[in-house]
Amino acid sequence: MLAANLDPVASSIFSMLAIVSLVLAFVMLGSRWLNNYLYAFAAESWVIAALSAAVGYYGGYPELYLVAGLTGFFRGLFLPYLVWRIIRRLDVAREIHVFVQPSSTLVLGALCAVFTLTVAYRIGESLGLANTVAVLALTVMLSMKLIGFLMLAVRHEALSQILGLLILENGIFLGAQILVPGMPMLIEIVILFDLLIVVACFGVLVRYLVTHVGSTSSLKLKRLVG
Amino acid sequence: MDAALLSIVMAAPLAAAILCAAVRAPRVCEAVNLIAAGLGFVCAVPLAVISRNGPFFHWGGYVILDMTGAWVLLCAAIVYLLAAIYSVGYMRMLGHDGKLWGYYALFAGFALTIFASTVMNNAGLYWIAIELTTLVSTFLVGFERVAESMEAAWKYIIIVSAGISIALLGTVLFYWAGSFVLGPTYDMTWSALRDAAPRMNRELVILSFLLVLVGYGTKVGLAPMHTWLPDAHSEAPAPISAMLSGALLNGAMLGIIRYLEIADTAGAGALARDVLAGFGMFSLLVGALFIVRQTGIKRLMAYSSVEHMGVIALGVAFGGILGTVGAFYHMLNHSLNKSLMFFGAGNAMRVYGTKRINRIRAVGEKFPVSGALWLAGAVAITGAPPFGLFLSEFVILRAGFQQSFSWAASAMLVLLIVIFIGFLNHFRAMYFERDPRPDAIGTGVLSAWCVTPMWLAAMPLLLLGVWWPAPIWDHLVAATRAIGGSP
Repeated sequence: MLAANLDPVASSIFSMLAIVSLVLAFVMLGSRWLNNYLYAFAAESWVIAALSAAVGYYGGYPELYLVAGLTGFFRGLFLPYLVWRIIRRLDVAREIHVFVQPSSTLVLGALCAVFTLTVAYRIGESLGLANTVAVLALTVMLSMKLIGFLMLAVRHEALSQILGLLILENGIFLGAQILVPGMPMLIEIVILFDLLIVVACFGVLVRYLVTHVGSTSSLKLKRLVG
Repeated sequence: MDAALLSIVMAAPLAAAILCAAVRAPRVCEAVNLIAAGLGFVCAVPLAVISRNGPFFHWGGYVILDMTGAWVLLCAAIVYLLAAIYSVGYMRMLGHDGKLWGYYALFAGFALTIFASTVMNNAGLYWIAIELTTLVSTFLVGFERVAESMEAAWKYIIIVSAGISIALLGTVLFYWAGSFVLGPTYDMTWSALRDAAPRMNRELVILSFLLVLVGYGTKVGLAPMHTWLPDAHSEAPAPISAMLSGALLNGAMLGIIRYLEIADTAGAGALARDVLAGFGMFSLLVGALFIVRQTGIKRLMAYSSVEHMGVIALGVAFGGILGTVGAFYHMLNHSLNKSLMFFGAGNAMRVYGTKRINRIRAVGEKFPVSGALWLAGAVAITGAPPFGLFLSEFVILRAGFQQSFSWAASAMLVLLIVIFIGFLNHFRAMYFERDPRPDAIGTGVLSAWCVTPMWLAAMPLLLLGVWWPAPIWDHLVAATRAIGGSP
């Protein structure tokens, strides 16, 4: 288990990167502007790429450099580019109808983070890893999950929902780098490509939504009920 | 032998998808898809038989042919064949000849991803296969490109992707749990996880299992994660609804069954089964409530799928020989029966030009033959004898009372009765109520392509109800033993 016997420098670098990406998730939660979501997501992906490289360096997993490169390129450049193309095609720059204000959403997000900290601590304790970076990794992983779901739940724009899903994935990827750095490359790469296909599909669907529904807000999707 | 058959099962839909995209002539696409489905079925039957001597591993251990997987594969192949036959008639009625190639290419691709998910030996690759089923079928759900189907497609991909990402988190945590036993890098095969399970941390296994259950449960359509299901099933073209309901849901249930086996071995089985039973029970409840007050014909069928996935989840949760065997048998019966029901609903929708139950009247008089088949299917799907679902539900109920799940079994019984009344009441209205409005009388005729698959689904269903063939029983018992299907 990598997290159990790390030297303090590595441990603090990992912690810092994990926390920075959690903060970036909060940035998304606190904004209404679609462009901000996009920048925060791209920055978060770069932080995760840096984390992969750091884990590769300190943990002795050279293949993680490749993962870091791919993450930086695909998650940090290509995915944001695809999303940017979707934004450009829409004439929506921000969330218009917000039924939970960004400030309240931030508080909710903070509550989620506290909840996941208790869960992670409990698991970490039962594994004998209570004072290691593993607890933090698990916390960030689970909180980004919940924050992603919060985005999905309180935002209506199609684009916010896509980015919500991408945060969910980022959270898993981030946690996986610290907790299971030895996870076979094959799986990581396939999941990365899978993500690209997902976003491509979203792009096509968004175009159809605009044409056939006339809106990309989920508030307008209420024909099918009961 | 098994490697060759398995290759054919996978290669046939793949080739069909490529051919359809390349040729683009509607009649050719129909034929190609039909041939692929036929080949798939012809090879899936011997694969199920051969799997008794297994499990077999292929392609560097990434593919496994075991009894459980082969059974789900067989169910999927049956639905694919029936839906491929029905597609010919249904899609001609729909009249989108120009983009029919896209439909058939995606259709074959959808079948391929479902088939692939049943034989994945690696938990990560299984996840990817399930994710791919979503991506392919989204465009099938939205095939008709009207506002409703786009809405359904959007909800489908968002809800299911979010759900599936929970399953990914669970998968990663399972890998982590295994890494304490097997070292940092190992192949995450089902057997590796199961062998390591007794030495895994129990709390971590519980957390991981719950995440996986909620994640794949979304795809299975267990309530309360079922919300995509009625929309997607009702807006997709009818053959695709049959595939979603009869093939895809089982494929996702397979993942839950495999992880349950690991949770059992890790000593977390009791809790896992309680939670699964809870989800099953809630699905039955939601199904019952929405069936009683339903107004849309395909949504009625969709909620019935939620209900039947609940029944299968209960069977798996009850466990023991009876529960698990009952659940497997129910998969087959449900696949046959739900195909029949969606085909009938598709016919009614086309002929009457509406999705609303209260506009479909006097079906029996207008269509004596296919109407009778559909009615028989309705009786069957509510679990009445002499059809297959009666037997499987009965066995699952017995398992519930045997395995100290009497509370769940009793509640299940009550809900099944409610559903029986609610579901058949809609059919009573559609067959025997009069509507003075002239437009409530359907127009048009049904081609043999639309009626034949109904026969092909109804007859085995009747047969499986009056006679549970010994080879099937033996296969299912052996499959249950192989996955240690008792708590």
